Amino acid sequence: MKFPTPSGMSSANTVAERHSPPSSLLEVEALRTVFTLAAGREAAAVDDVSFVVREGETVGLVGESGSGKSVTALSIVRLVRPPGRVAGGHVRFRGRDVLALGEEEMCAIRGRQIGFIFQEPMVALDPVYTIGAQIVETLQVHGLASGAGARRRAVELLDAVSIPDAVRRADEYPHQLSGGLRQRAMIALALAGDPALLIADEPTTALDATVQAEILDLLRDLRARLNLSILLITHDLGVVAEMADRVAVMYAGKIVETGSVSEIVTTPAHPYTRALLASVPGRSPGSRLMSIPGNVPPLGHLPHGCAFEPRCAARFTPCSRPPAMYAVAADHEARCYLYENYPR
Amino acid sequence: MTPLLSVTGLVKEFSSGRLFGRSTPVRAVDEVSFTVDEGETFGLVGESGSGKTTTGRCVLRLIEPTAGEVVFKGLDVRALTQPDLRRARRHFQIVFQDPYSSLNPRLKAGQIVEEPLVVHGVGTAAERRERVQRLFELVGLEQAAAAKYPHEFSGGQRQRIGLARALALEPSLIVADEPVSALDVSVQAQVVNLLLDLQQELGLTYLFISHDLRLVRQVCRRIAVMFKGRIVELGPADRVFTEPAHEYTRALLSAVPVLTLGGRAERLVYDSRRFERLPLREVAPGHLAAI
Repeated sequence: MKFPTPSGMSSANTVAERHSPPSSLLEVEALRTVFTLAAGREAAAVDDVSFVVREGETVGLVGESGSGKSVTALSIVRLVRPPGRVAGGHVRFRGRDVLALGEEEMCAIRGRQIGFIFQEPMVALDPVYTIGAQIVETLQVHGLASGAGARRRAVELLDAVSIPDAVRRADEYPHQLSGGLRQRAMIALALAGDPALLIADEPTTALDATVQAEILDLLRDLRARLNLSILLITHDLGVVAEMADRVAVMYAGKIVETGSVSEIVTTPAHPYTRALLASVPGRSPGSRLMSIPGNVPPLGHLPHGCAFEPRCAARFTPCSRPPAMYAVAADHEARCYLYENYPR
Repeated sequence: MTPLLSVTGLVKEFSSGRLFGRSTPVRAVDEVSFTVDEGETFGLVGESGSGKTTTGRCVLRLIEPTAGEVVFKGLDVRALTQPDLRRARRHFQIVFQDPYSSLNPRLKAGQIVEEPLVVHGVGTAAERRERVQRLFELVGLEQAAAAKYPHEFSGGQRQRIGLARALALEPSLIVADEPVSALDVSVQAQVVNLLLDLQQELGLTYLFISHDLRLVRQVCRRIAVMFKGRIVELGPADRVFTEPAHEYTRALLSAVPVLTLGGRAERLVYDSRRFERLPLREVAPGHLAAI
């Protein structure tokens, strides 16, 4: 098996194309993204990450800061900047290995077939152009519309994300919009290319509860209307429980558990997932919370075995060696030795 | 029992900041009244711009209120002269949201915790050192941490340093303004537990300011919900969460993502154009709503 790097790869992986089941829109396989640390050493921020997003499905990628969830997203669309680089694995979008594409072909996918929304709209929106102009530009770059047609489509898109008075709002600058409207404008921009996959990185984290609920409702509505697949990256298990069909939990660069949202929420398997769910406040008023001792290990200082071992209440002898993913139930796996010979 | 803190008709107006022409003042806090009993955790809940943070700062006079009364331990806080206020401050302290910007980066953790003792002229150098050691122990930090700078700590540890500093002068009231919002869930739980433990051990009273309804539910005995600078509902947390009386409270609660499958119950939308400045009235014992 060959492990392509973003540079020096030009031909699509035809073997992968033949083997991809048609229902899988995005397949990430053994993805590894490394960062060069100050001392010249390399550390993997994303390591052996594999998951699939099927047509019309919402997959929640959950983790705390430093878990590698955002770097995974950036790796998928090849936006990892030095000192980081994708060092191995495959990312197949509609069967094509995007890590092997030329930059020009990549541009036809990024922003077109794969839309991106970020936590902070001000990062994605250019402050010196009106939101209408930015959508028009995207439409023109991708050759989807031009002139008056592009302008009409931009207003349509703003309307589709329920921005009131879209004709007038199209001529406003990002700073003139409230946080919620800005987030909607960014979603409109991400939808301009008519994408099949939307990657949403903490799309509601900076928003108030009521605005968050509106944006989640909007995403749900768009998903149904446009048959969108969504890769939802979040630290909030509540948001995942509401939105996702399937969940992948990340810890220290690795996926430690995957499963359907019902499996993960009702019968979490990995000790990390269990502790994380138990530490969500609000369910046992007045009492202490379950907490996880210690901190997430910093990049470059990961334990040799299971990365969660030093903080794990269930650790035992084998945990000093790195665990593989083991089956817990149908479509439910955990990277934990508790499930090595499971069910017993 | 007289409350530890009693706030009556608190108002804070800011000028709208127009460079030319007449500026119309904006009411960030609009006739806010509440009391906090000794040893309880009282929650101020609201979304951004609701006035909860400004209310907290006005209580401590970190911002000068425009009108109203703040009585702490029988002391009229607004009537205090600056030197008296400085002396009184040892009894009420604040813990900030952002553990990254609220600690002086040029001081070592030990100095940061000791500083309030120096400012208030508490003890000899040796006594202060011992006190700092005890405070580090209290918040679960190793003694070696005293010699490190803020950037060498994780977010959760920094919040522990902030807490140790706030506790240095043995205050009775702590205004905790979004104390764990910048932290990851697993670390958040550690700090919340620490706050609860310290309250038990030291008999602390918290004015707990947060936008996170799940967190407020977990730690607060009574809460006040703020909207547009006003308290729209106030009462025992249990009651407000299970039987919200104000339309805005109901909408806010319905927006919180829940960890049960099938998602939250149907979302209620509050039309802010229908907001009226109504006085609070009692809808049940101890449960007030502006309806």
